[in-house]
Amino acid sequence: MFTEELMPPTAPVNVPVDILRFNTCGSVDDGKSTLIGRLLYDSKSLMEDQLEALERSADITGGGQINLANLTDGLRAEREQGITIDVAYRYFATPRRKFIIADTPGHVQYTRNMVTGASTANLSIVLVDARAGVIEQSRRHTAIASLLRIPHLVVAVNKMDLVGWSEQRFLEIRAQFEEFLPRLDIKDVKFVPLSALHGDNVVDPSPHTPWYSGPTLLGHLESVHIASDWNLQGFRLPVQWVNRPNNPTDPKLHDFRGFSGQIAGGIVRTGQKVLVLPAGVVTTVREIWTYDGAVEEAFCPQSVTLLLEHDIDVSRGSMLVGADHLPGSSCELQAEMCWMHPRPLQRGRKYLLKHTTHTVQAVVTGIAHKLNMGTLEAEPEPAELGVNDIGQIRLRTAKPLVFDGYAVNRLTGSFILIEPGTNATVAAGMLLPPRELVRSENGDYAI
Amino acid sequence: MTSYHLDHLQHLETEAIHIMREVAGEFERPALLFSGGKDSICLLRLAEKAFRPSDLPMPLLNVDTGHHFPELNEFRDRRARELGAKLIVRRVEDAIASGVAIPAPGEISRNRLQIPTLLAAIEEYRFDCCIGGARRDEEKSRAKERFFSFRDSFGQWDPKTQRPEIWNLYNGRLNPGENMRVFPLSNWTEMDVWEYIQRERLEVPTIYFSHRRNCVRRGGQWLPVTDLLPPKPGEEVRELVVRVRTIGDIISTGLVVSPAANVSDIITEIAAARVTERGSRADDKASEAAMEDRKKAGYF
Repeated sequence: MFTEELMPPTAPVNVPVDILRFNTCGSVDDGKSTLIGRLLYDSKSLMEDQLEALERSADITGGGQINLANLTDGLRAEREQGITIDVAYRYFATPRRKFIIADTPGHVQYTRNMVTGASTANLSIVLVDARAGVIEQSRRHTAIASLLRIPHLVVAVNKMDLVGWSEQRFLEIRAQFEEFLPRLDIKDVKFVPLSALHGDNVVDPSPHTPWYSGPTLLGHLESVHIASDWNLQGFRLPVQWVNRPNNPTDPKLHDFRGFSGQIAGGIVRTGQKVLVLPAGVVTTVREIWTYDGAVEEAFCPQSVTLLLEHDIDVSRGSMLVGADHLPGSSCELQAEMCWMHPRPLQRGRKYLLKHTTHTVQAVVTGIAHKLNMGTLEAEPEPAELGVNDIGQIRLRTAKPLVFDGYAVNRLTGSFILIEPGTNATVAAGMLLPPRELVRSENGDYAI
Repeated sequence: MTSYHLDHLQHLETEAIHIMREVAGEFERPALLFSGGKDSICLLRLAEKAFRPSDLPMPLLNVDTGHHFPELNEFRDRRARELGAKLIVRRVEDAIASGVAIPAPGEISRNRLQIPTLLAAIEEYRFDCCIGGARRDEEKSRAKERFFSFRDSFGQWDPKTQRPEIWNLYNGRLNPGENMRVFPLSNWTEMDVWEYIQRERLEVPTIYFSHRRNCVRRGGQWLPVTDLLPPKPGEEVRELVVRVRTIGDIISTGLVVSPAANVSDIITEIAAARVTERGSRADDKASEAAMEDRKKAGYF
């Protein structure tokens, strides 16, 4: 029984300065949930009532053995079947950092779940069972991490206790990865031998791996350098909402017409010239309005409201961009796709495409290739993309999209496809670099 | 050299403001669920940051169980007035009288009865989206919740068919009768909420701070003695210095013995706490899936 009387205030209050978002992926029984349970447990992020709830469920379902996976498997069906159904988010903090974990299940709908969990991650942990080594799932997860351009990857070689803590086995698995990593686009990869079940090299260094001199998993998560994920080159503000006070009592607000949104790239300064797209009109930023007062400059990913010098047609879906780095603009698009729906993607199908703050109609004009997960080779001109497939397609939109290549800007280079009727989100898309940029003669089109 | 760096609260804030504005941009008739509790107090500040100097483009909605702490309702009404926001209150009492909510024989708690009351309010005003202050760290079925949480025409949540949520591209499309619940604070922890309250100097109801109150010990908790919860014969009434950590109904909210008299005391106390926030909510302890079951039925 825990007591509800709180401890006297003795612990120091640490305010962590940044957030690391990571996701864990692996196939069924690789021990993802156990690993997260271990991270929370050994970093003392679990509370007494959570432990008590664990013990309660252990008595009923686990024959008295505490099952760390029960911490993350939050739904009844998950506990009954011993599987994870949907992405679960967990939060913990150490004195050095705050962490957001997306636990992404590895069985059915794995691409859907992994893309959901990883799209906002700084780092991905791919779990491998030391006995099984690299399997198709490992390649798939690593390929998705690469496609989504997650900056850091950790290969957690789990269940090392079951291979006798063999350095030889660890090196074999590392070599299996290094065979296909060059075909992908991942800069920073770390290999950690561990046992989630027993806690070796998760939070505390293991006595069983004298041959491993690297950091523990948590040590790495706490210290990995997350150079800003945010693009600070090329100002982009997709307009979310036009801010026009109705019948304001303050006369100064009679002419207030602000354009609110989250900066999706770059920096904006008062007095700067900006191009309004798709109108193609140049104007000047008169004021950067925030609730906490006007500011001289603002940067990605801050949320702001811009007041412009000229009264021009700007609405939700418009984009304000800096004149120095121009985006592309086109109805003809090429994109890498993760298909997430049982109804396959075929040529000629129509969808709604949501990109930044606007939604347009789009038709699939071709499927360039599909990635073979066994070989990581591209198979040209497949008939369709099925659920969990990854491939490259061509699209035509009803109105031109103002965009950047995903490799340059995650926020202005990504989109989702929505199936009309069911409104299901069926795909995640990453745009290839534009063939042509917004033409600079528009730059002379000042008012 | 300017530093283009956001700390964790600024990150959480800009994420939440973006979500608020997506709601205003994508829905016809949104509402913001405001109870006067600490999470929805943060929501209101985020709404101000998202929409000022305009008026909030949505009314505030509260389901009054009739078992609220009186301090909470006083605070709720006053905050709405101060903000110039429209406040809609729908009472479980009225829902019972009109047959919308039907108590089980002997059912005293109003927890379950909030659900039909809320769904009736959504229908009455044809709200297509309700913004709520739920956080994923509160409870493990909430850990699976999306920012944009789809509800079918019965108000039900189906965790197995949630829409994938990728980058910051939220799919808010609905067919008639369907509804979206949106949770801008999904990524916030209890600590983040209090740190934000401190940074923004937000006022909170006085019951969050330590005060003297008559309590009885029941089910391992200190419960406040009120007309709704008189002491049973043989129960000892004690006057203790207590506060609430999370606010539920007055008949089921456990009080914590605490000297925390201001927000910075509370932050220190939470940093040292060894039980979770919802450890003091009897409504969550009913079974391991108590929250999941209520959410599936249309709970907040």
